[in-house]
Amino acid sequence: MTGALLHVQGLKVEFKVYEGVLKVLNGVQMVVHEGERMGLVGEAGCGKTTTMKCVLRILPSPPGKITAGQILFHGRDVLKMTFHQVQRVRGRGIAMIFQDPTAALNPVFTIGDQLMSVIKYGSRDSLGAREVRSRAVAVLHEVQLPDPERILTNYPIQLSGGMRQRVCIAMALSTEPELLIADEPTTSLDVTIQDQILRLLNALVERRSTSVIFITHSLGVVREMADRVYVMYAGSIIESAAKEELFSNPLHPYTQGLMRAVPKLTGGGIAEGIPGRIPDYLNPPAGCRFQPRCPHAWARCVNEVPTLHEVGQGHEVACFRFQEQ
Amino acid sequence: MGILKLVGKRLVLSVFVLFGLSILIFLISRVLPGDPVRMALGPRAPEWAVQNMREQMHLDKPLYAQYYYWLSGALRGDLGQSLFTRRAVVDDIKEFLPATMELVLFAGVIMAVFGILLGAVAGRYSNTWVDNSVRIFSYVGVVTPSFVFAILFLLLFGYVLRWFPTAGRLSPGITRPQVITGMVTLDALVTGNFAALGDALWHMVLPAVSLALGGMAQEARITRSTISDNLRKDYIAAAKGFGIPERFVTLKYLLKPSLIPTVSILGLDFASLLGNAFLVELIFNWPGFSRYGINAMLRKDLNAVSAVVMVLGVVFVIVNILVDLVVAGLDPRIRLGAERGK
Ligand SMILES: Nc1ncnc2c1ncn2[C@@H]1O[C@H](COP(=O)(O)OP(=O)(O)OP(=O)(O)O)[C@@H](O)[C@H]1O
Ligand code: SF4
Ligand SMILES: [Mg+2]
Repeated sequence: MTGALLHVQGLKVEFKVYEGVLKVLNGVQMVVHEGERMGLVGEAGCGKTTTMKCVLRILPSPPGKITAGQILFHGRDVLKMTFHQVQRVRGRGIAMIFQDPTAALNPVFTIGDQLMSVIKYGSRDSLGAREVRSRAVAVLHEVQLPDPERILTNYPIQLSGGMRQRVCIAMALSTEPELLIADEPTTSLDVTIQDQILRLLNALVERRSTSVIFITHSLGVVREMADRVYVMYAGSIIESAAKEELFSNPLHPYTQGLMRAVPKLTGGGIAEGIPGRIPDYLNPPAGCRFQPRCPHAWARCVNEVPTLHEVGQGHEVACFRFQEQ
Repeated sequence: MGILKLVGKRLVLSVFVLFGLSILIFLISRVLPGDPVRMALGPRAPEWAVQNMREQMHLDKPLYAQYYYWLSGALRGDLGQSLFTRRAVVDDIKEFLPATMELVLFAGVIMAVFGILLGAVAGRYSNTWVDNSVRIFSYVGVVTPSFVFAILFLLLFGYVLRWFPTAGRLSPGITRPQVITGMVTLDALVTGNFAALGDALWHMVLPAVSLALGGMAQEARITRSTISDNLRKDYIAAAKGFGIPERFVTLKYLLKPSLIPTVSILGLDFASLLGNAFLVELIFNWPGFSRYGINAMLRKDLNAVSAVVMVLGVVFVIVNILVDLVVAGLDPRIRLGAERGK
């Protein structure tokens, strides 16, 4: 896999909690090529955010711990880098928009202070105070916030949820990253604003031809935003394919369930179409983690863990039904 | 603008608090058994002398009239006469209060600085041996009364090891600096008398540290848990994720929000310093206000008791307003809330 911008291999993560050890990520595999817009879907708690925090090496530890895997950015393992090297990947290399803008902004500093720190430290070029400021104003303007000068002096509580997410988008774009991670950027917002934010994000990304990982619950959104889709279930990628291929020919039983569950009009939750729940990470099933919910499961699925196998042109699936012994 | 309004509100509230406190202490001191004048003059004083003094102090009038006399005096800065020292209570306060304030302020600084430092390190390196050591220290500090520390330190560092002096504010050979504030260290600093400054600080170490340990443990515990909670917040992950250097994130974006709960309880901890000073002053023979207060209560020295309580009340109110100001300075949510409310 040469030429990949980001290549995640066999990523395993555990969380130590009071009740024991949550074995959450179970060997995540994922490749993003330059200029690609990748969609990552999966129900709540399947490990999407955790994976992305590992990519930036910002997973809080404790309680989180990476126990195996590689995260290659431009072929170099982020997990083995020195502090100094990681810092130069963050911001200018990879930037992330968080799920909940209210939690992602520091409540006791002004927007200006935070945004200007990001520009000062995250950008490729070293800028003087005046350039940092003018870039901050420009990028707030770009995300269509009215009166950027005033917003710089505001604290997060003085802004609405939609405005806060625009600020976070501005932060993530201000460093001109090669790869942008957008982690469900609209789930915490009013339905009326969700669409505006998505369109804005799409336009900004298109203008810059940035590579994107777009995380969402909604297959409808994936259809709009992505070229390639990864489906995640209980800590691993279980299927990936080009968008058209995945929608016309879903193979994994979980993906098929998702397709059936797509609500006709709104594109809300995705778990309804599949009976059962995501497994308990304290004692996950030993074999295929989807096995307790799978209509096609057989003996092999209980004992062995299926890995991703290419079954067609760029179409990979982790299921024993598509794998000869 | 928000800050001014906040202070204004607190000040108005404080006036009511102090007014209520004055009524309360006035009543309590007068309901206690025993005739204060008889106690002051002794059992062999003639009845007419006792009667004279009662009238002079308006003790023959009904309670509300007595309170009126007391309050109108207090508002003019006259807190009456002590029954024992036979001096104006205000003069007594001027003599004894600075020694206590000096001790308590020094203890307060030690408490805040080391409490926050220990807590921050423990929170940043949670679940390591550093954290565990701080945790043990916190448990010991929180459950041990300060007079126990005072006695232990006095014996160990004062008598056995002889590292520190065991009593008083200055060594015999040292001349006391000219009285300006009454706080020896400050006066010594202002007059450039560095021998006295060093000696005075040296005398303060044991009593101040015994006083500070309890609050320090409390501050350390709170700081530790806020820091380790906030370390998991998305805004910290986000700041790091955008390429801001980790040390800068810790010292700026983590520390400021994490100090808010700690500072909020500093006011309470400071009040407990004042309370604990009563016994610690006794143990280190510190010529302070607390000792004066104890004696006043034992002798039922009415005006002195009221004055001591009122002065402590005023100090407490001032400290709490300062704490509120610092918290408002740290937390825009409070400043802006005050602005938006009426
Ligand atoms: N700080 C943490 N402490 C303990 N467990 C955690 C922590 N963060 C995540 N987890 C565990 O990891 C699992 C995956 O969490 P993650 O946030 O990555 O899910 P997600 O796919 O982003 O879900 P969502 O769609 O709700 O955002 C959760 O179910 C939770 O059990
Ligand atoms: S591996 Fe077995 S249990 Fe897992 S999805 Fe395929 S058929 Fe179902
Ligand atoms: Mg998430």
